[in-house]
Amino acid sequence: MMIRRRNQLVCKQAVTLMTDYLEGALTKRDRSRLETHLAGCPHCTEYLAQIRKTIEAAGHIEPDDLDPEVLDDLVALYRQWQAEQ
Amino acid sequence: MVTDPDEDLLGALRAGDEKAFADLVGRYHTRMVRFAESLVPTRSIAEEVVQDTWLGVVRGIHGFEGRSSVRTWLFHILINRAKTAGAREPRNERLGDGDSLDRRFDAAGAWSRPPEPWADVIDSRFEATQVALRVKQCLPQLPPGQRQVLVLRDIEGVDAAEVCELLGVSTGNQRVLLHRARSHVRSILEKDLGRS
Repeated sequence: MMIRRRNQLVCKQAVTLMTDYLEGALTKRDRSRLETHLAGCPHCTEYLAQIRKTIEAAGHIEPDDLDPEVLDDLVALYRQWQAEQ
Repeated sequence: MVTDPDEDLLGALRAGDEKAFADLVGRYHTRMVRFAESLVPTRSIAEEVVQDTWLGVVRGIHGFEGRSSVRTWLFHILINRAKTAGAREPRNERLGDGDSLDRRFDAAGAWSRPPEPWADVIDSRFEATQVALRVKQCLPQLPPGQRQVLVLRDIEGVDAAEVCELLGVSTGNQRVLLHRARSHVRSILEKDLGRS
């Protein structure tokens, strides 16, 4: 049976720290514990890589195209608002 | 000195320039609708709220003091308008036993069902734009608070402190909402992209 040192993280704990890790919000001690865990755990390393890919994909979402009719309607409203001033 | 194109547009709008208004609408309208959809229950209410926001922008233009970015100012007005329309407030969430990954660990806390590997296959098997589209499709499945934080942080690129101020959430709760949202989207991508 593998003996786990008291301050070592298990995967379940490591996963809950990933966002704080990426946000730079972990204490130096927790960051070091997580990095030690990641160095020996391919599954948690893959999990972190997937979270990074998820963030990257969200950043590539393009805004929808603006419907020209919506723009025309808003400009018409703008003129109306201006006229009311 | 490099000037901010948004601030130039706002300056022109302040002087009553209709084209500046149209340009600002072109830059922000659909992004505002996307965010508004996370705040109110339906697309049509979101569109009404954004139209109302533009009215607020025109009326409040002289009150903009440049202390925040134009985008943050627009989103701030949008949130206030959405609240009037019955916006869904982000709930306080804590990381705990309800985490959706719980069943994937054994009693000792090690993975019993590890993540399906896909992080290294996107470039070769899928276009990045397709994955981005899939993430976009996931947004309606997220609870409101998670969706609001994900849209602002990961899609719009607003920094954490500004998100806390805009949504009225604590730093810790913002991170919990972000963590949940990213984990949720990751798990959906895993179902689509995992190898097995």
